[in-house]
Amino acid sequence: MSNLIRRDPRAERIARNRLHPLHASMMLAEQGEVRGPSGLIRKNPHLVGFIGPNGLKRIDRANAFAGTVNRQKRVSTAQEVVLPLHQVVNPDGYIVVVPDMVGGRLTSQDKDILGLAHSLIAQKGTGKSANMAVVAVCFGESKESQFDLAGVDRLIHLSSDVFDGFTPEARLSALMQVEAQYQPEHWLFPDSVNGGTDLASRLAARLGERPATQAWQVSTTQTVCRGASASTDITRETPRILMLLEECGTAIDETRHEVLSLSVESYDQVPARLLDKGLMSVDPNAVPLAEAEFILSAGNGIHNWDQFHECASVLGATEGASRVAVDDGFMPRTRQVGASGTWVTARVYLAVGISGAIQHMQGIGQCGKVVAINTDAGCDMVKRADLAVIADSEAVLAELTKLVQEHHASKVQEEKHNAA
Amino acid sequence: MQPSVNVVSLVSVGRHPQSDRSRRADQDARAVELGLKLAGKNLTLVHAGDPENPVLRQYAGMGLDAFTVLRQKSYSDVLPIIGNFLTENNAHVVLMGIRAESGESSGMLPYLLAEKLGWPLLSRVADILHVENGKADVLLALPRGQRRAVTVSLPFIATVDNAAKDARQSAYGPGIRASITVLDAEQTADNMAASWAISPAKPRAKRMKVVKAKNAADRFKAATAKPVGGGGNVLKQGTPAEKAQAIFDLLLEEKVIR
Ligand SMILES: Cc1cc2nc3c(=O)[nH]c(=O)nc-3n(C[C@H](O)[C@H](O)[C@H](O)COP(=O)(O)OP(=O)(O)OC[C@H]3O[C@@H](n4cnc5c(N)ncnc54)[C@H](O)[C@@H]3O)c2cc1C
Repeated sequence: MSNLIRRDPRAERIARNRLHPLHASMMLAEQGEVRGPSGLIRKNPHLVGFIGPNGLKRIDRANAFAGTVNRQKRVSTAQEVVLPLHQVVNPDGYIVVVPDMVGGRLTSQDKDILGLAHSLIAQKGTGKSANMAVVAVCFGESKESQFDLAGVDRLIHLSSDVFDGFTPEARLSALMQVEAQYQPEHWLFPDSVNGGTDLASRLAARLGERPATQAWQVSTTQTVCRGASASTDITRETPRILMLLEECGTAIDETRHEVLSLSVESYDQVPARLLDKGLMSVDPNAVPLAEAEFILSAGNGIHNWDQFHECASVLGATEGASRVAVDDGFMPRTRQVGASGTWVTARVYLAVGISGAIQHMQGIGQCGKVVAINTDAGCDMVKRADLAVIADSEAVLAELTKLVQEHHASKVQEEKHNAA
Repeated sequence: MQPSVNVVSLVSVGRHPQSDRSRRADQDARAVELGLKLAGKNLTLVHAGDPENPVLRQYAGMGLDAFTVLRQKSYSDVLPIIGNFLTENNAHVVLMGIRAESGESSGMLPYLLAEKLGWPLLSRVADILHVENGKADVLLALPRGQRRAVTVSLPFIATVDNAAKDARQSAYGPGIRASITVLDAEQTADNMAASWAISPAKPRAKRMKVVKAKNAADRFKAATAKPVGGGGNVLKQGTPAEKAQAIFDLLLEEKVIR
C-alpha cells in the first residue's frame, strides 16, 4: 500500500456541510487516530469542534461530531530503499581487498577498507585509468549476505577446505595466483590481529614489495602510517600493498554493487610446513570478559544458579551478569556487563532473564548476535535480540544443557569411529 | 632442553611509551624469556646495531653471560647481516618481537628473514611447548584469548605475542658483567626510508555518527529513537525443548559450540 495521503473531496464536502444527510454518520465513523510521520499520534486542532450556526466555533465535548478529514491512517512502514547499482563493465584494473571475515562476516574494518578502495578509484577521476573494480578475496565459509552493500564489485570466493583453519601458506599461494592473473593496482589488507597483518606481510615478503603498515590516511599518491609503536607518523608514497588501521576510510552506504564472481585458475598446492592441530580448549572464564567471544549472561530471572553455572561450562561460554545479579551477591562484580561494568564485544551474547535496562544495553552495544530467554515478551532485551525465546529460564537452560551434552557425546562417538 | 637445539633471540632497543626513553622492548624481552625457557644459558642473544647501547645490558641481565652485536649504523638495512648470521650459526629456533617499538615498526623483518632463508614462520606465538625430533609444538595466540596448537619443523622463525609469559626482571650487575662479541658487518643503506617524512603522531579524530536524513522528522527520530535490532525472531509457542533447539541451532551456526 502506498504511503501517500489521498484526499477524498466528497468526504471533505460532507464534513463541511452540517446539513448534509450523511454528515452525522460520516463524522462518527471517522474517529480514528491520526499518526504523524514519526508515528506519534497527532491531534489536529482545526478539526476539534465545528462552526456553529452563528458563525462561532463550537467544541462538542460529547464528541458527537468530532472527526477527521483524512480518511486513511498514515502507516509509517520503513520503506525498503533500493540503492542505485554501481556497475563496472570490463574493468581495466583491480584493487584487491582481502577482508578478515571474522566469523564469516565482514567486520567494520573490512567495510571501511572496501569504502577506501572505492575512494581511491574515485580520486583517479573519470577516464580510462579509473575504470577499476574492487575485488574481495575471501577464504573459507562465508555467511555474509551484504557484499553488494559493502561495495564488492567482484568476489573471489575460495571455499575449498584447504583454506580452513590456520593455513597461511595455502592462502598465500592462492593470493600469488590472484596476483599473476589480475595484477591488481593495490592490495589492501586490514592491519589486524585476525590474520590480515600476517597474510599481508607474507604476500609483501614473497612479492618483494615494501608495504605500508598501520596506514590510516591514504590517497592515490600519499600514505600516512603510524610508526615507532604509534608515536610517529610516516608520510610516504602510496605503495602497492597496504595494511590499514581501523576507520581508515568510510564504508559505502549509497550504492549497491554487482558482486560478480571471478575465478582463480588452479593455484599450487604447497606442502604445508605448518601443521594445524586445531584450537585448544581454554578456560572460558579465564578470558577477559571484554574480549570473550561467547557470553552467557544471567539476570534477575535466574533462580537456579547451580544450573546456570553448569550450563555455562557445558556451553563453553564466559559468564556475565546484570547488575541485579551482582548486587544480590550471586555473581562477582568483575562479571557485571553494562554501563558501570564491562563493555563486552562478544560475537554471541545469550541473555537469560535480563530485562534490558539501558545501562545494560550500553554494555552490549558492540555484540553481534543477541539471544534472549525471558518470560516477558515486551521487554527491551527481546526487542534488541536476534532470537528471543519466551519461556521460563530454568526449563530452557535444562533443555539446552541436555542438547549440548548430547552433541558433545555424538562428537566423541564420531571421533572414536573415525579413529577405529 | 636438548643442547642440540640452537635457539636465537633477536632483540631491539625499545621505547617507553610515556617517557620516550629507551628500554628493553616488551615483546623482545618476552622472546628472550621464551628463549631462556627453551635453551637456558645456551640461548644466543643477538642485536644488530650499536654495541655501546646500555639497553642491551638489560637483556643480558635476564640471565645470560654473553651476547652478540652485529655492528650497524642506525637506518641501515639489517636483513642481510642477520640472515647471514643465522645461517652461519646454524640456528634452529629464531624468536623475535612482532613489531619494533622504534623506527618504521612495520613488523616485516621476520617475514623477510623467513622468505630469504626459506624457513617457515609463525607469528604471534604464546608458548613453545617442546622441541624434539626436529619438530616443535607451538601455541599461537589468537584474538579473544583463544589458542591454536601448531606443529612446525625446524628451523623456523617465531614472533612472540604479548600473551606469552612476562619477561623476568633484569639484574643490573650481571648485565653489566656480560661479555659482548661485536661482529662487524657490511652496511646496506635503506634508501627508500630516507625519502619519508617523519613527524610526531597526530591524534586521530574520532568518527562521528552522521545521520544522512533528508527531512527533519528522520533526523529527530535518529537522534531520539532507541536503537532496535533488525526485527529479531521471537519464539512464543512451543515446548521448552523446541525453544532450546532453536537456540542450539543458532549457536551451532555461529560456531560458538564445536
Ligand atoms: C547508575 C546506574 C548504573 C547501572 N549500571 C548497570 C550495569 O552496568 N549493568 C547492569 O546490568 N545494570 C546496571 N544498572 C541497573 C539497571 O538499571 C537494571 O536495574 C538492571 O540491569 C536490571 O537487571 P535485570 O535485567 O537482571 O533485572 P530485572 O529488570 O528485574 O529483569 C529480570 C528479567 O527476567 C525476567 N524473568 C523473571 N523470571 C524469569 C524466569 N523464570 N525465566 C525467564 N525470565 C524471567 C523478567 O521478565 C525480567 O525481564 C544500573 C543502574 C543505575 C542507576
